[in-house]
Amino acid sequence: MSTVAAHQPPPRPGLELTDTEQDMRDGREGPAVALAMRIVTGLAAVVGATRLLPVTSAHIDSCLYHGQAGLDFAERLVAFDGRVAVPTTLNVGSLDLLHPELVRAGPELAGPARRLMDAYVELGATATWTCAPYQLAHRPGLGEDVAWAESNAVVFANSVLGARTDRYGDFLDICAALTARVPDAGLHRTENRRGQLVVDVRSVPSHLLGRDVTAAVLGHLVGQLAGVRVPVLHGLPAGTTEDQLKALGAAAASSGGVALFHATGITPEAPTLAAALQGGEPEDTIVVTAAMLAAARAELSTVAGGRLDAVSVGTPHFSLAEFGQLAELLAAGPPVVVDFYVSTSRFVRQQADSHGWLRVVEEAGVRVLVDTCTYITPVLAPGTRVVMTNSGKWAYYAPGNLGVQVVFGGLDECVASAREGRVVRDDRTWLAL
Amino acid sequence: MLEAPLSFWGGTDAVTGRIVDERHPQRGLDLRGSVLALPAGRGSSSSSSVLAEAIRAGTAPVAVLLGEPDVIIVLGAMVAAELYDRHCPVVHLPPQAYAGLPAGRLVEVVAGDVSEGRPARVSATEEVATP
Repeated sequence: MSTVAAHQPPPRPGLELTDTEQDMRDGREGPAVALAMRIVTGLAAVVGATRLLPVTSAHIDSCLYHGQAGLDFAERLVAFDGRVAVPTTLNVGSLDLLHPELVRAGPELAGPARRLMDAYVELGATATWTCAPYQLAHRPGLGEDVAWAESNAVVFANSVLGARTDRYGDFLDICAALTARVPDAGLHRTENRRGQLVVDVRSVPSHLLGRDVTAAVLGHLVGQLAGVRVPVLHGLPAGTTEDQLKALGAAAASSGGVALFHATGITPEAPTLAAALQGGEPEDTIVVTAAMLAAARAELSTVAGGRLDAVSVGTPHFSLAEFGQLAELLAAGPPVVVDFYVSTSRFVRQQADSHGWLRVVEEAGVRVLVDTCTYITPVLAPGTRVVMTNSGKWAYYAPGNLGVQVVFGGLDECVASAREGRVVRDDRTWLAL
Repeated sequence: MLEAPLSFWGGTDAVTGRIVDERHPQRGLDLRGSVLALPAGRGSSSSSSVLAEAIRAGTAPVAVLLGEPDVIIVLGAMVAAELYDRHCPVVHLPPQAYAGLPAGRLVEVVAGDVSEGRPARVSATEEVATP
């Protein structure tokens, strides 16, 4: 028998806890905090942190039902009288609690999924039920340490807001919320926020670069190029919108493990390329061509065209601005003839209602789903085979999650296709490159 | 030995233990009971829950050897140990050791503990692993 690895971790200073933190760990704040502290300090040891950092908010992804283990964990914390110590928002659950009829969940899913959602509210978290907590009224600021889970929320908080969170997983999110602590490691530390890879988009034709659809395609490509590294996008137009950055980050966190990107002249830690690189040299520089984007766009579809069964947009959750765009597209023209879903939060839905956009969208035949998302819970009608989306993330995960074929296109193309009942896409823009 | 990074969430089915990611080159592979060599975790932060559930359900790998550190995978294993006292060691290997893993052979993994500074040991045998 040959030893492949007696992996000897380099000697390093141990984790130092403050008296308060030691008290939490010893159970003086109750068994829920003690359990949470075991997980937080266990993770701190794994990542080699020498201290914990206080956080000002938490965003919890653990409220989505993935099976008995997640429910057992939450209900144990409730049984231990756990209570969050910082303002805490909740990611999507498996149900639309306002429109339960939209989710085709049998009792075997609906029962435990509801219990899980209830458990997190009982622990003191706010019933926001959104994967886009950055669309809520309060957002963390530049340099603020937070404990956010959900890969698209993590990448948005780090990149667009300049807040600091590592790519936390389920369980650690609630443990951080109960203790208000995270390991001082990963993207909380300035040196780890340095750009490692320059993705130069300056030679991409301007008619492509400024478009919403391109942001998701570029994100898909950037995730493949960067893996878990920190990419610096160089040359994005100054008018790049938050929704475009949302789409880019979500796609890059799906096709890769991107938890932070910089965009020179746009994101707060990248006033210049040198600043994004923290004065250092990049490991790699990749010049993106229009042909690379066309190939990435093609990868996001599993079928080229033909008959369409449904459209799904709002992954990550639809923003108010996106509701405005959709209402404008739908206001002029015939209603849609296939199932058309928008996933969003209660908060944004209410805002869209007060702008009059919700009514326009619903009258055109669109169903607005809240609290959850079409790719993680059964919403689509049985027999749905081909679905169109404007989301790189949805396109990436839906075929595996739902067993559907997917066609990727812009919001305008989704609307045009939904009216025709077949895929209508402008391929010439991408082919004539 | 996986040829590409894998996200447990969206990439595996905790009921069957199989890879379901359409884009993964080893889609359909059964991970149950394997010592899984994974070059990197990838994507969604829900992977911790899916791994913990797979460990509870007995469809998980018995150990995970990582080419790159991944706290999401570690968390899933930590919580399963806390809740069910079922242990799935997760070992991050240096690049050379990872590259030297013998595909298809029986491997012995002795868990370490980073908080006590005790290293893990991974040993290869000549024996072929039964699928």
